[in-house]
Amino acid sequence: MKKLINTPEREVDEALAGMAAAHPDLLRVEEPNIIVRKDAPRPGKVGVISGGGSGHEPMHGGFVGLGMLDAACPGAVFTSPVPEQMLAATKAVNGGAGVLHIVKNYTGDIMNFEIAAEMAQAEGIEVASVVIADDVAVKDSLYTAGRRGVGGTVLAEKIVGAAAEAGADLKTVTALCQKVQDNVRSMGMALTSCTVPAAGKPTFDISDSEMEIGVGIHGEPGRRREALRPADEIVEMLVTPILEEGIFASGDRVLAFVNGMGGTPLIELYVAYRKVNEILTGKGITIARNLVGSYITSLEMAGLSITLLKLDDELLRYWDAPVKTPGLRWGV
Amino acid sequence: MISTGDFSRFLETFAARIHAAKEELTQLDSAIGDADHGINMDRGMTAISELLPGLQDGDAGTLFKQTGMKLISTVGGASGPLYGTFFLRLGTSFGTATEIGPTELAAGFRAGLEGVIARGKAGLDDKTMVDAMVPAVEALEAGIGDLPAALDAAAVAAAAGRDRVTPLVARKGRASYLGERSADHQDPGATSTTILFESLRDALRAG
Repeated sequence: MKKLINTPEREVDEALAGMAAAHPDLLRVEEPNIIVRKDAPRPGKVGVISGGGSGHEPMHGGFVGLGMLDAACPGAVFTSPVPEQMLAATKAVNGGAGVLHIVKNYTGDIMNFEIAAEMAQAEGIEVASVVIADDVAVKDSLYTAGRRGVGGTVLAEKIVGAAAEAGADLKTVTALCQKVQDNVRSMGMALTSCTVPAAGKPTFDISDSEMEIGVGIHGEPGRRREALRPADEIVEMLVTPILEEGIFASGDRVLAFVNGMGGTPLIELYVAYRKVNEILTGKGITIARNLVGSYITSLEMAGLSITLLKLDDELLRYWDAPVKTPGLRWGV
Repeated sequence: MISTGDFSRFLETFAARIHAAKEELTQLDSAIGDADHGINMDRGMTAISELLPGLQDGDAGTLFKQTGMKLISTVGGASGPLYGTFFLRLGTSFGTATEIGPTELAAGFRAGLEGVIARGKAGLDDKTMVDAMVPAVEALEAGIGDLPAALDAAAVAAAAGRDRVTPLVARKGRASYLGERSADHQDPGATSTTILFESLRDALRAG
């Protein structure tokens, strides 16, 4: 293992200290390891928080700031944070209008957030939760833990954060987050593995001539392992299952999000975006907005994910609203 | 009647046996999960052992509520919330009592089981800790007339439940992603729950 760290045990704490030092105008870091918007709590504003294992930066901590998250709870690398973090974050951002928890669909995350929500409610804070489960690579059936939460989470955090910033109440913000979940689908692939620092070795073995289609953001196995193909064919393999969901039709406007997994050069993401645009245009689907870059990563994994969100005027308006965070900034 | 001190001995026994089974639990979990069940449970129960001296002279409710809170804040993942919820509900059910009879014991374990089911959304045959816990709690409820026999029946029923689901395909948690490949592996959660009921029997018998 070759990594730019001091020790695996100190990596998350040291990265948080670095974030606090780099962005004092946007956020602060508090015990027990939570990243809080600098001016939180804002009286009368719905608080929006999220959290999950570390190793997906800039998600979630890099999205704390104006117009997006009020707080983020980072766990150990790829491990759910514990409820006391979510409870502390909920209290830190509660301006009296309630707090929304945006939760990715993993068994541990769900349970730990649920407990935190119960504890916060016991203290008199109104809490609502929305689960993001957008990965079409995983079968959603009664017989599995359901779809994983991936790229759609970034879009939900931006859109919902903008609505909360504009003064929407908890019920409205929660319904909006659910609307994003209902209209967003993603799929990813990997060229190489990631290495969890505490484990010290790659999560999975993959040869120079292979790729993993449908990989998760923790290096979980996907739909299948096969021989590497040209970028255009890979993009087809990811976009086709998303379109087969039946959400996107000719005449629709979408947000197309081409995301790097951590070890992918931007030049390759633009090669992929070009093909995404070509496929969707051919289907009569308009890309009204796009996001190209590495925003939800899996440590140093090479690969990409593609996320499509069906837009309406409301989603478009909140996507365009001003945002100022370490990871996303515009309109300010 | 069971005193808070008796319950404290139960938790101490559970902690020691989890520690002894750490490798076995992790081994079972590497086959079908994410290879951390033994490590996580041992970290949590070691923290509980350190709490016990300050709690064994109080009421039973506080003992188990503190145990639940500590597990939730130290274990993480899925087993922290599940065992944490179990002990929290058990503590809430016991309230401020310092002496617990067989009827209250069974009611407390039923409340704990319901908490686990509510938290994890698992039912029978999903191949989880619930498959060991349901028959064990039923045995406690059926045996309130004879506590020692009921404790023994509960431990035996937990082990039988654990073994009954070994051939099945997992339908909850990370093992469910493996589909058919999870069959014929012993479930780590059902294994640690069996250890819990064996610890209860042996600790109370010793008292």
